[in-house]
Amino acid sequence: MSEHPFAVTLEAGSSRANLTGSWRVERPAYVDRLPPCNDACPAGENVQHWLYDAEAGSYEAAWRSLVEDNPLPATCGRVCFHPCETACNRARLDEAVGIHAVERFLGDAAVSRRWRLPEPAAASGFRILVVGSGPAGLSAAYHLARLGHEVVIHEAAPAAGGMLRYGIPAYRLPRAVLDAEVGAIFDLGVGLVLNRAVTDIAAAKAEGDFDAVYLAFGAQLSRRAYIPAADSARVLDALAFLASSEGAEPAAIGRRVVVYGGGDTAMDAARSARRLGAAEAVIVYRRTRERMPAHDVEVEEALAEGVSVRWLSTISRVDEDKIVIEKMELDAAGFPQPTGEYDELGADSVILALGQDADVAPIGDLAGVEVNDGVVVDDHMMTGCPGVFAGGDMVRAERTVTVAIGHGKKAARSIDAWLAGKPEHAGERHELAPFEDLNTWYYADAPRTVQPELEAVRRQTGFEEVVGGLTESNALFEARRCMSCGNCFECDNCYGVCPDNAVSKLAAGDRYAFDYDYCKGCGICVAECPCGAIVMVPELI
Amino acid sequence: MAEQTIRFYQVGSFAIGNRLVDPQQRTVQSDRNRWNSLTSGHRACQGCGQALGARYVLDAAMAATDGQMIVVNATGCLVAFSTQFPESSWRVPWIHSVFGNAAAVGTGVAAALKAAGDTKTRVVVVAGDGGAVDIGFGCLSGMFERDDDCLFVCYDNEAYMNTGVQRSGATPAAARTATTEAVGREPGNAFGKGKSLPLLAVAHGIPYVATATVADVHDLEAKVGRAMELRGARYLHVLVPCPLGWGTAPEDTIRIARLACETGLFPLFEAAYGEILHATPIRRLVPVEAYLRPQRRFAHLFGDPPRTDDIARIQGIADRNIRRFGLLGTDEEGGQR
Repeated sequence: MSEHPFAVTLEAGSSRANLTGSWRVERPAYVDRLPPCNDACPAGENVQHWLYDAEAGSYEAAWRSLVEDNPLPATCGRVCFHPCETACNRARLDEAVGIHAVERFLGDAAVSRRWRLPEPAAASGFRILVVGSGPAGLSAAYHLARLGHEVVIHEAAPAAGGMLRYGIPAYRLPRAVLDAEVGAIFDLGVGLVLNRAVTDIAAAKAEGDFDAVYLAFGAQLSRRAYIPAADSARVLDALAFLASSEGAEPAAIGRRVVVYGGGDTAMDAARSARRLGAAEAVIVYRRTRERMPAHDVEVEEALAEGVSVRWLSTISRVDEDKIVIEKMELDAAGFPQPTGEYDELGADSVILALGQDADVAPIGDLAGVEVNDGVVVDDHMMTGCPGVFAGGDMVRAERTVTVAIGHGKKAARSIDAWLAGKPEHAGERHELAPFEDLNTWYYADAPRTVQPELEAVRRQTGFEEVVGGLTESNALFEARRCMSCGNCFECDNCYGVCPDNAVSKLAAGDRYAFDYDYCKGCGICVAECPCGAIVMVPELI
Repeated sequence: MAEQTIRFYQVGSFAIGNRLVDPQQRTVQSDRNRWNSLTSGHRACQGCGQALGARYVLDAAMAATDGQMIVVNATGCLVAFSTQFPESSWRVPWIHSVFGNAAAVGTGVAAALKAAGDTKTRVVVVAGDGGAVDIGFGCLSGMFERDDDCLFVCYDNEAYMNTGVQRSGATPAAARTATTEAVGREPGNAFGKGKSLPLLAVAHGIPYVATATVADVHDLEAKVGRAMELRGARYLHVLVPCPLGWGTAPEDTIRIARLACETGLFPLFEAAYGEILHATPIRRLVPVEAYLRPQRRFAHLFGDPPRTDDIARIQGIADRNIRRFGLLGTDEEGGQR
């Protein structure tokens, strides 16, 4: 109450004496939510975070954020089937952000500008054997090395890279890019023994005095189907064919090539066959396009290059210069059933791409390791044998490069925790940022920057890279299409729309703060936040 | 970056600011050290559109005049919630007038400044729709026709909110107010009544007339800036949704103002010397129902059965605005910035 006597003129004061925060029954609070791209990334990349840096033109910072999770961005930007873009909220507004293209741009920038991967921590004294130098092995080796462990990779092939080198054709992943990114990992001090096939894991572990083992030798056994074939018929295995096209003397395939199977490997084999001079490359697949396991991008590119497909067909016999195919039809359950109708197709060779299985022979009698459609691992990527971990194509999971990279990271953290005898520290997982929580009014409509594609003709004659990269300005443009779902990007909306001036704008990078003395809890800041990074929470009354 | 103009798609220029935009292109409201002409602690309702509009307009005018400005404020909500004796929320030189004579007081302040030889200090008169459209209209029309050197700003919340939501000359057709109850077949406020003060201002042939809303700060600040570059009588009409009087959720104030524009019911335009120069194109055209349905003052239109004929008449008003002001824009403008 006023201490002044009755009926005098008071000195004017500021209304700031009136703390209107007491009106409030709900308060706004800033949150960080999990963007769908991050949620979908098998390698656990913080996509929104590195796009945020890239948007400002801070490419090196963006790359550094990227390689916290994935040491192969130039590679992944080319070969990953980008589940991040499938999940991208922007797809519901216009088109998904071209995340893979920006990732590739950053990876290429790192190679050309010679950015170095972060230095490893102080040596821990532990020695770890990694078997296989494919994406799973490389990723594990990188993360283990960063944690200070001594890592040695044993690789059966004459060069490192695994399926990246021997399974993915050069027109999708130029070898100079692969060599640069793989080389950077070995520059951290990771040891590499080439031409060393591990046949007995227990022996290899004891011999090298290793404290833990990570198995990542993939799925190398090609599945076969019984097909009657004439003695003179030429039947090849897709993996061997792809590996041979990496060498100096590619396998002879003739003019008319039939590829049997419907996965990405079948597409790669058919596209490689076209490049090696086959005038006709026909894929024979027993089901329909909708049911094909190959990724859409690969199918589209294959068709654009003149590869043709015989849907609903199986091969029933292979002769010297032709094959006999039987037409199929889908039953009610969607399974192909034979119709008894046959057709002939001219073919000089047949490439079988019917899938692969893990070769578990090296497991031998390693105590406790269970094998069931691949090596069985627990939530920490550890097999039944303590200290022996596994990942990549040899465990049961989706077989993609990025899944393998994610396995490697997860296994490295698990191995680190296991060696230290401590429980694994799992990072906090934020609530998902749904499209419905965005206020998309604030995002102007923008089409995706289309990557310049080489002329279709040019692609058929060589192994040059098919899809071009973004220029710097295009990459910046594309990065800025990110809506930053669930994470504040400092647009000043909350600061501007508060009728009570109850939001303080802090220094750049520090975002904002609510002044709860004056916030009346109207919620306009929540409604007008473009990216859904503010929520209302009940006031404790 | 030579090959194409990079647009800031993440926020366009629709958000208040953006870390990636050149500071020159950001709004006054995004400035950490903005004036806050109307400061915290005022007693406006949660989500008050007028409190927002007042700060937006006056901060922009303070920035344009470098703080050399006197504000005349007609009686209304704005006075009631900002000046509870002995406290004041104003951080600008400020005079309170009675309900009907704010324009005349503004004229007097401008004349006094002229007599004192002060050519730098500018006058801004602010009023609600009651103090501008109805009670203050005689004084305002006089200020216009004499071309007195004042910017008159009307914060239009479409009724007398301070005294209990009575109908004003700016209340839209079919809106329920305390004096236009929707009883029986009555539609609320009758069709064919009320007036457009912006068009009346245009008819006075003054140097500048513009409309704005609290939903687009870039547009509003640009219009205040242009008005302050000119001398003579100028008029700015700002739509400020009122959660209490319109029956909307407090958090929806800006969304409702945006919908008023996107339906075509509130055209954004600029005029000079009796001629309409430019209208802001609608970015995403929506039917009037999207605007009407969230407002309790129109709830009677959506009963069982809904009053489709009244809704169609309101759509007709929007369609007429779209034709008259060319609100669909040209392909070139496309509603994009």
